[in-house]
Amino acid sequence: METIDTRDIKTNDICKNDLKWQIEYNPQRCTLCGKCVAACTFNAIKVNVERRRKVYSEGPLPDPHVKWITEPVIKQVVTCSKNCVGCGMCAKVCPNEAIKPVFNEHNRYNVMFRAENAESPKRGGRSNLHTEGRTLDKIKIGRISQMTDPSLDAMRHTFDILAPFGRVMPPESLPFIVEDGDLKMNHSMPTTNWIYPIIIGDMSVGALSTRMWEAVAIATAYLNEVVGLPVRMCSGEGGMPQKLLKSRYLKYMILQIASGHFGWNRIINAMPHMTEDPAGILIKIGQGAKPGDGGLLLAKKVARHIQEIRGVPKSDLLSPPNHQGLYSIEESVQKMFLSMNAAFKFRVPVAIKVAASTTSVSVYNNLLRDPYNIVGGFFLDGIAGGTGAAHEISLDHTGHPIVSRLRDCYLAAVHQGKQGQIPLWAAGGLGMMGTLAADAFKMICLGANGVFTGKLILQIAGCVGNDFGKCNACNTGLCPVGITTQNKTLMDRLDVDKVAENIVNYFIATNTELKKLLAPIGNSTLPVGRSDALITVDKNVATRLNIQHVC
Amino acid sequence: MCRIGAIKSKRYLHPSNALRLMRSQQKGHDNSGFAFVMQDLGGMFENYKDLPVLSMACTNDGMHIAEDILHSIGFVRVMQWSPDVHPHEGLNIEPMPNYVFEVFNYPHSYKYAPKEEKEELLLDTRLKLRKALEEADEGYVYSFWPDVLTLKEIGDPRDIGTYFGLWEENQDFTAKIITAQCRQNTNYDIVRYAAHPFFLQGYTTLVNGENTFYEKNRLFQQSLYKGYIGFESDSQCFLYTLHYVNKILKWPLKYFKHVITPLPFEEMQMRDNSEILMRIKASLANLEINGPNAVISVTPDGTLFTTCDSKKLRPVVVGKTDDTVIITSEVTGINELMPDRDISQDIYPNEREMVVVGSDLNVERWKQ
Repeated sequence: METIDTRDIKTNDICKNDLKWQIEYNPQRCTLCGKCVAACTFNAIKVNVERRRKVYSEGPLPDPHVKWITEPVIKQVVTCSKNCVGCGMCAKVCPNEAIKPVFNEHNRYNVMFRAENAESPKRGGRSNLHTEGRTLDKIKIGRISQMTDPSLDAMRHTFDILAPFGRVMPPESLPFIVEDGDLKMNHSMPTTNWIYPIIIGDMSVGALSTRMWEAVAIATAYLNEVVGLPVRMCSGEGGMPQKLLKSRYLKYMILQIASGHFGWNRIINAMPHMTEDPAGILIKIGQGAKPGDGGLLLAKKVARHIQEIRGVPKSDLLSPPNHQGLYSIEESVQKMFLSMNAAFKFRVPVAIKVAASTTSVSVYNNLLRDPYNIVGGFFLDGIAGGTGAAHEISLDHTGHPIVSRLRDCYLAAVHQGKQGQIPLWAAGGLGMMGTLAADAFKMICLGANGVFTGKLILQIAGCVGNDFGKCNACNTGLCPVGITTQNKTLMDRLDVDKVAENIVNYFIATNTELKKLLAPIGNSTLPVGRSDALITVDKNVATRLNIQHVC
Repeated sequence: MCRIGAIKSKRYLHPSNALRLMRSQQKGHDNSGFAFVMQDLGGMFENYKDLPVLSMACTNDGMHIAEDILHSIGFVRVMQWSPDVHPHEGLNIEPMPNYVFEVFNYPHSYKYAPKEEKEELLLDTRLKLRKALEEADEGYVYSFWPDVLTLKEIGDPRDIGTYFGLWEENQDFTAKIITAQCRQNTNYDIVRYAAHPFFLQGYTTLVNGENTFYEKNRLFQQSLYKGYIGFESDSQCFLYTLHYVNKILKWPLKYFKHVITPLPFEEMQMRDNSEILMRIKASLANLEINGPNAVISVTPDGTLFTTCDSKKLRPVVVGKTDDTVIITSEVTGINELMPDRDISQDIYPNEREMVVVGSDLNVERWKQ
């Protein structure tokens, strides 16, 4: 008999019970094929042996004997650095359902990680704190056409589902003259492109694996050229492959410039060789998921091809939290907007993306004055948006919900009589429940011209993460599904064609669903600002958004 | 559903024609009111074409309020006429104590004022009168404009006709253009201001339909021009858009259609002037309408036209004889007034058309 000295238990030793995810393993079902260990990119499980005491008896009468055996098992690694993130790859590859991660609600991880490492935990994903319900789920489209005006037929009638991207001039400023009873333009105007009201949000090549980014780009081209939906994709901060910059597909891409200016030396070098203008430029000031924080691409994801595209050495790539040298709205309009407009000879609309904030209305009000007519869109990103990497503290505790802030911006424009002049685009958790059409439609009724979505695209591609702490390992470079990694072996897990197909299918379904929402309220064009179509049973939501309260 | 109608003639016509036009379509409306606007006036108003006519329904106190305001501005009354009323029991009507039609001379200081200044004065004065009467709850002022006369009342159109003696045709009370409608607005409170036709600075509009972009239109229009007020009906938005496009922006009339029902993008891109059309679509997005609508309008030069929503979800028909054109919701109305016309010449406009009746009654079909 072995003796147990309870003083051997060290209080501060990490044990499995401290971790967020615990591996539940059933040796009886395990065939020891080893697939789970091979599939785990985080090295959170390993092959191990356990010493087992077996009592056995042979013969017709009890005659117990003790035998010690050594049995191979799959065992969870218990450290603060190589811990299970709950991605479930082990369960996915196990032929016998012998293993799976289970969330441990009694974990001490938040305390332990900081105490052990003197570091702020970083991860990807969205806010994992669920302190409030989703406002959009409390809103219904309640103004259904019945007797006074007929509902339309979603399958039979035609619908114009397009939104402006670019500066829209006030009617009295249109440079029109009347000649022989016709209107003619007597000087040029800012470019306004009409595009699908859902933009594929800005996820850089770098944050995404090259295969994933390529799949999104393929889907975008297919949606435009085969399906006929003019969907635009934003590059994210990090440039684009040279070949794409010089191709005709550039017209479907919105180029992003953020505070790190990553990739822009390559873009500028490619300009003389461009055969098409890009669809637009998006100046990124902030991101809803981590407002006040710059981009963060850890060195482990800066593979050779990423260095090439961005023009950087292998190191942590941290975009500053602000554009250096800009210190006021007026200045940003003069310097950034003007220079970006001028770069493409005023043919390409330039928009700006900011994180939703209590100051959003002031910013938008200021932009609406836009003396040079060069602000082509205001992209507002809410707290429930996603990111590839951020400090967890930023993800969970900073930010602003998108719905009321978008509404405020729209009503601020109405107050000035300038609604629609700088198109409003909203994002931040739209489609996070899988129903992007409904979210987009409600946001449009509240005043958005369109929406943009990023995280959902990853979900469509097969991202296994969720907002309950599952995976969220986009920052590690070890994405188990090959979406946010530059590791070639992991990228091979991703079927580019299948991802592109799924994205295309999702947009086709969403387009049908948008029609199914337009038809019952009798509209054949987007009901921007048609808040009279919305109802809610939540009095606070009704009051805050100025929509009808029902019960 | 509303029924709307308009008559434009080379002859001066009595409003009994409008009453007959609308009564024959009574199965399509709920007989809850009668309102009409007369333009290009004849009879006792024929000699005052250049002077503004005030159309008002009010109490005695309301009369005093209005007169004080008009006198303080410097308007001098030239002529006043009130219809003889025939009240008797059983009439379904909610009459006001006074119906006043007064012709005024402009204030002395406006003797040499340009047209635009006079037009602004008339609008400002009407808005002032309306505000004062509204605050005191003593009456309604419908129009204050040269050569235009408006009457609106709540009740059964037949009884309203009886009350005002409108069934008997005479030569004193006539006009060459009469627009009329027989129903009170149902979406919002029943108020006299909510009854079509709506009038602003020479523009008259009636709509049979439901403008489901009312909220968008209203929010945009309310800051566009001082005369865009009330919004008691979603159909008022059509009047304000017409006024804005044609009078404020000074765009040719045909662009009204491009503003309220822009072409689908695919069609727009195939047009020679697609750049212009796209700009209109973007800049005037808030004036686009949706839902089923048939519109009839009159412009200051007496042009009468009709157009409808982009899916053609409401009826309208145009019929004509040598000296008269009628645009109305149902052909039964035209049959009532012009049974002997050539029905093969009737026009049932499609969703891309404006049918426009010019000064010499020439009927044109404009393709959007």
